[in-house]
Amino acid sequence: MLSCREETELMSQALDRPLSFGERFQLGLHLMICKGCRATEKHLLFLQAATRAWRENHDSKHVPPQPNQGETP
Amino acid sequence: MYGNENDRPIFKWRNMDISMIPNELSAILATLRPRLLRFARLQMREDAAAEDAVQEALLSATLHAAQFQGTAAAATWVFAILRNKIIDEFRRRSRQPLADMDIEQERGWEEALDNQFDARGHWTAQPAAWMEPEAALEQKRFWEVFDLCIMALPAKPARVFGMRELLGMETEEICKELDISSSNCWVLLHRARLGLRDCLSRRWFGEN
Repeated sequence: MLSCREETELMSQALDRPLSFGERFQLGLHLMICKGCRATEKHLLFLQAATRAWRENHDSKHVPPQPNQGETP
Repeated sequence: MYGNENDRPIFKWRNMDISMIPNELSAILATLRPRLLRFARLQMREDAAAEDAVQEALLSATLHAAQFQGTAAAATWVFAILRNKIIDEFRRRSRQPLADMDIEQERGWEEALDNQFDARGHWTAQPAAWMEPEAALEQKRFWEVFDLCIMALPAKPARVFGMRELLGMETEEICKELDISSSNCWVLLHRARLGLRDCLSRRWFGEN
């Protein structure tokens, strides 16, 4: 059985690479019994969603409004 | 460097003839500039380096003005160049030894992370769930705290986290660019994420 610290390493890696079946299985088991790690998993997923939102706000997806558009009465 | 943001020209014209630049494009680039700066600043953490990278990206866009059909193409072009400039700078910095001050900061920060776990690797204090985290994404003040927390990361984890999550690169690419192993990359990402979680918990979600 892995420690919470090692489980958080797996949770973090799950955001960067596909986990093996064994890794997913034992992470799943641990999450069933560990409230702190369940909260942590949610936090990490939120961080991922937040950075995605950050990228969308700052990156090229948003094109500035064209001059002479959208301002006509 | 320029003293005041308002004193500086939008572009370094060098030997270029200004009449070559279509008005529409230069207007687009001027509106893009603040966003490019925010994008670069959070990742490069040095205003001067961020300003330089943005200037170079804008200059490059003006030099290739004729190729663009419409605003979207120009914006995409400028961001692609800026990304490459940021990666170049990261690569350069990763080859330099850390300053003593940075080593100190990293040590203190790692100690704080280690203290989240006891000797057996269990939580010293169980992390608590955050209340309505998604609502935070809509609040301007949250993004200020988010920026602060990213800025508070030590240089190495910040660099890898920035490449992974702010530039959206795959870990393989990051390892190649910075010449580090994938396990090193994962360790840095894990620490950066736990550090950010800790910072957001304390500074936004109101835990102690």
